[in-house]
Amino acid sequence: MSRLQTRFAELKQADRAALVTFVTAGDPDYETSLAILKGLPEAGADVIELGMPFTDPMADGPAIQLANIRALGAGQNLVKTLRMVRAFREGDRTTPLVLMGYFNPIHYYGVERFIAEAREAGVDGLIVVDLPPEHNEDLCDPAQAAGLDFIRLTTPTTDDKRLPRVLAGSSGFVYYVSVAGVTGAHAASLEHVEQAVARLRRHTDLPLCIGFGIRSPEHAGSVARLAEGVVVGSALVDRIAKAGSKEQAVGDVLGLCRELAEGVRRARR
Amino acid sequence: MTETSYRTGPDEKGLFGRFGGQYVAETLMPLILDLAEEYERAKVDPAFLEELAYFQRDYVGRPSPLYFAERLTEHCGGAKIYLKREELNHTGAHKINNCIGQILLARRMGKQRIIAETGAGMHGVATATVAARFGLQCVIYMGTTDIDRQQANVFRMKLLGAEVIPVTAGTGTLKDAMNEALRDWVTNVETTFYLIGTVAGPHPYPAMVRDFQAVIGKETREQLIEKEGRLPDSLVACIGGGSNAMGLFHPFLDEPGVKIVGVEAAGHGIETGKHAASLNGGVPGVLHGNRTFLLQDADGQIIDAHSISAGLDYPGIGPEHAWLHDIGRVEYSSITDHEALQAFHTCCRLEGIIPALESSHALAEVFKRAPRLPKDHLMVVNLSGRGDKDMQTVMHHMQEKLEKHA
Repeated sequence: MSRLQTRFAELKQADRAALVTFVTAGDPDYETSLAILKGLPEAGADVIELGMPFTDPMADGPAIQLANIRALGAGQNLVKTLRMVRAFREGDRTTPLVLMGYFNPIHYYGVERFIAEAREAGVDGLIVVDLPPEHNEDLCDPAQAAGLDFIRLTTPTTDDKRLPRVLAGSSGFVYYVSVAGVTGAHAASLEHVEQAVARLRRHTDLPLCIGFGIRSPEHAGSVARLAEGVVVGSALVDRIAKAGSKEQAVGDVLGLCRELAEGVRRARR
Repeated sequence: MTETSYRTGPDEKGLFGRFGGQYVAETLMPLILDLAEEYERAKVDPAFLEELAYFQRDYVGRPSPLYFAERLTEHCGGAKIYLKREELNHTGAHKINNCIGQILLARRMGKQRIIAETGAGMHGVATATVAARFGLQCVIYMGTTDIDRQQANVFRMKLLGAEVIPVTAGTGTLKDAMNEALRDWVTNVETTFYLIGTVAGPHPYPAMVRDFQAVIGKETREQLIEKEGRLPDSLVACIGGGSNAMGLFHPFLDEPGVKIVGVEAAGHGIETGKHAASLNGGVPGVLHGNRTFLLQDADGQIIDAHSISAGLDYPGIGPEHAWLHDIGRVEYSSITDHEALQAFHTCCRLEGIIPALESSHALAEVFKRAPRLPKDHLMVVNLSGRGDKDMQTVMHHMQEKLEKHA
C-alpha cells in the first residue's frame, strides 16, 4: 500500500477526516520552510501538500501568490524543493507528501528526471493545476507508471458528463475545489459541499478532500464531517506573511496547524 | 491546393505540432470545451458570418486599404513596398477585427460580462468599444507599468465605460494582466466571457483569433491581385503574441512563392537578455493555457519581457507561430528598440503616417530587406496600428537623446 492509502485507511479506522496542509516550499526561505515542514506532522497534519513555487500562479489568490514571490526571492527552485523533501523524509517515513504546482518548471526540469528524483526523494503524489486530463500523457501517465499518485482537482464546474474523464487516472485522493475561484477567496456553503460530496461519491471510491476558503478550526471541523479530508493553505501561508521573525513564522504556522487539527479531530464522523 | 497544407491546424486537441493545447485549471475546462463547440457552430453559421461581415464593413471600416508606399520604396531603392493599413480601422489597430468576432460569440453564448487583458491598451480599447456597442459590462486588466506609459488609452477605455483594473504583480505588464484576467475568469466562469486579444491562450483561442484576423490576409490577396495582377513575394509583420502577423500570413501559408517574415522585439538586443523575442531567445514551455516558446530562466521560471512597445512586451508567442518556426515555413527575425524608433521616424517623415511602435518593428525589418531586393519584388508589411498612443514614449526617448547630446 502507498503512504496515502495507508494514511487514509488508518484515518477511516479512527473514524475521522484528514487534515491536509499546504505550504509553499522555500517560503519565506529554505531553512524556515524546512523547519515548518518538519514540524507539521507533530502539529497534526495528516497529509502534506508542498507547493513548488512558480512566477505565474494563475489559479492562486494573493496569499499564495505572495508566498511564491517570497520563495522565489529567497532562491527556491525545484532542486531545492526535492532536497527539502529528502530532508523531511529522514525524520518522517509515514506522513504522505504531495507536491503541488504548475507544469512549466517540471516541463523545463524534464518530466522523466523529475519523476525519478521525486520518487527517490520520497514524494507520494503530484497535483498539477494546469494539467487537465486532456494532457494526461504529459505527466500523469508517466508519473503513475512510476508509482507516483496523480491527484485530480474537481470543481463545481466539472459536470457529471465530464467527471468520469477527470476521475479516470486519478489516484491517491480526489481534491474537490469547493468554489469556482482562486485559492484563499470565499468559502463554499456546507450545503454545497454536502451535495458535491454526494455527487462525487457516485463516481469514485477514492478519499475526497475539500479545499478552498477553509480558514478556521471550526470551519475545518464542519467540513471534516462531510469528507475524508480538509485542505487548508492560504490561512497557514498568511501566518508566514504576518510573522515578525522566522521563529515566529514557524511557531505561528504550527500553532494554527494544531488548532485546525483539534477542530478536525473533534468532528468525529 | 498543395499536397501538404499548412492551414489545417490545429488538431482536435488544439495542437499545432507539439504546440498549443489546453493547459488550464479544471474550473475553466468545461467552459473552454463549450466555447470550442460554440465557435465550431458559429463559424459555419451563415447568420453569424453575415453579422460579422456587416460589422466589419460598417463599424470597423473594412476593407482597409492596401497602400503603395511610394516614398518608402524610393527611400529603400529596392522592393516595391505596400502597407496594409490596419491602423485605419476603428480604434486604430487590427485588434478590433478579433473583438467584433468574439463579442458576437459572447452574445450568442448569453454572456453578460466581458473581461480582457491589455498591454499597449489597444486590445483594451477595442474590447471596451465593442462592449459599449453591445451594452455588455466590461473589465480590463492592465499592468501598472503599462498604465503609466499608455495613459491616453486608459482614459479612452474609461470613456467607453470599461473598468480598468491595475495589476501590480510581477513587472506590471501584459503577462501579469493575463494572469489576473485568468483569475477573474476562474472566479466568474458562469457569467463571464474572456476576450483574449491575441493568438495565444488555450484552444480554441489561437485558432479563433487567427480566423477573425485572417480577414487581413484575405483582403491583401484580393487587393494585390487587383493592383499588380499577382501574389506578393514577401510578407512582413511584427509579433508580440502574433495576431496581426497570423492574420496576414495564414491565407498565404500554402503559397510556396510567398516568403513570410515575422518580427520579434529584440528590446535592448537579444544578447542583453532584455528583450521580448520568445522564438529567437526562448525555449518551449507551458504558460497561459498553451505550450509554446517562452522566455524562461534556468529553473523554468518565466522571465519578464522587455520592449519599448508595450504591445510586444510578452514573454510568449502564439503556438501556431511556434509551430511555423519549428517547421521553418516562416522566418522569425528580431528588431531592437533603437531600430524600431528609427523606422518610426522614417515612416512619419516620408509617408505622413505615424505608425505604432509595434508596427515600427515590421517597418525596420522592411528597411533592412527591401534595399537588397529587385524592384519587381512585391513586399507587403502589416501596418497593424497607429502611433498616437506612443507619443509619450517617443517624446521621452527623444528627450533622453537630447539630454545625452547636450
